[in-house]
Amino acid sequence: MHLETTHIDPSLLPILETVSDPEIPVLSVLDLGVIREAFEEDGVVKIKLTPTYSGCPAMDVIGDDLRTAFAAIGKKAVVQLVLAPAWTTDWISEAGKQKMEEYGIAAPLSETADKDALLGNAKVVRCTNCGSQNTHLVSQFGSTACKALFKCDDCQEPFDYFKCLK
Amino acid sequence: MKNDLYNYILGIADNSLILGQRLGELCGHGPNLETDIALTNISLDLLGQTRSYFQYAATLVEGEKTEDDIAFMRTERDYKNVLLVEQPNTHFGFVIMRQFLFDVYHLQFMKKLQQSKDETLVAIANKGIKEVSYHERFSSDWVIRLGDGTDESREKMQEAVNGLWRYTNELFQLTEADKAMVSEGIAVDVSTLKDEYYAKVSEVLKEATLTIPDDNYFQKGGKEGIHTEHMGYLLADMQYMQRSYPNMKW
Ligand SMILES: [Zn+2]
Repeated sequence: MHLETTHIDPSLLPILETVSDPEIPVLSVLDLGVIREAFEEDGVVKIKLTPTYSGCPAMDVIGDDLRTAFAAIGKKAVVQLVLAPAWTTDWISEAGKQKMEEYGIAAPLSETADKDALLGNAKVVRCTNCGSQNTHLVSQFGSTACKALFKCDDCQEPFDYFKCLK
Repeated sequence: MKNDLYNYILGIADNSLILGQRLGELCGHGPNLETDIALTNISLDLLGQTRSYFQYAATLVEGEKTEDDIAFMRTERDYKNVLLVEQPNTHFGFVIMRQFLFDVYHLQFMKKLQQSKDETLVAIANKGIKEVSYHERFSSDWVIRLGDGTDESREKMQEAVNGLWRYTNELFQLTEADKAMVSEGIAVDVSTLKDEYYAKVSEVLKEATLTIPDDNYFQKGGKEGIHTEHMGYLLADMQYMQRSYPNMKW
């Protein structure tokens, strides 16, 4: 399930790169891996977008932002929401994970490490402030459904961890 | 067939819609910031799933109804959710117990829905099951923490499970739409989930040092549209905006 195929016309990449996740503005929709298809057909840009979480309110905003971005260069974009295959955190690009960490959100760990972290079995989530792994789970749900809230026991800073979704 | 499928989808979706509405009522009223956020996040997941179901249902009656009509413009008798999810929020322990009793069922249900012959339902289940696993872990943890907590928290959790137990059996009752869709290989035969459900629930309650109720009186009716008195108030609140200012979109 690692490399689900996407079908994105490379000439559209510069515009797609300008549209970001409203909740994590440092991530573009490409970093996030939510664009499954984007190509031009009969003068219309057709985009397939997959939600991160079912009720993610960012999806409507992303749809609007995509239409606006293409309208600015005189193109009409049609955005369709697709559920299958279901989005996984594996689709976040390496560059995206890096940007996320710099922004102060710990990037998702592997499925097993994630389970250990959320069940409190192992201290594996690294503090985004000081890098210490001496951290603990405060709440399974952070500021949004995709994140959990952690606290560092060394520098005492609270931070979000982006939960692994597979 | 189409009509049965439509009714079947609404039956599933209404559980998520009504529980999502109940949890949404708690926004800003949670016992602390973290649990407040957790409960509203769960609400959002449930409403997201509901939207996917209703969008699919709307395609089956193309042109007649939109997802918003289906969500907001029905009368009480046309909602087919189980009685469990419409029970009003009282104290936090009660909210958690209601959630737990639903989550255990919901997770089992989603696992089975992944094997449906209907592609769209499978897609919704594949997406939703990841969310529901988190819900179940969250509510189970809290049941254990509060049950095996102080004398007062234990007493409140016991009172909650005693009060809600009578609504659990309805989860496994088959409606006419269920039966028709089971024979098509589309629906989950919920009657087969019962033993596993009570085993799992009992295991957690035991760990929480709570007594498993041995009540044999069970209440049902929600799946047939016959609700408890709380449902009318819930709908009045939920439908107010749409009925006062028609054609709004959620
Ligand atoms: Zn730190």
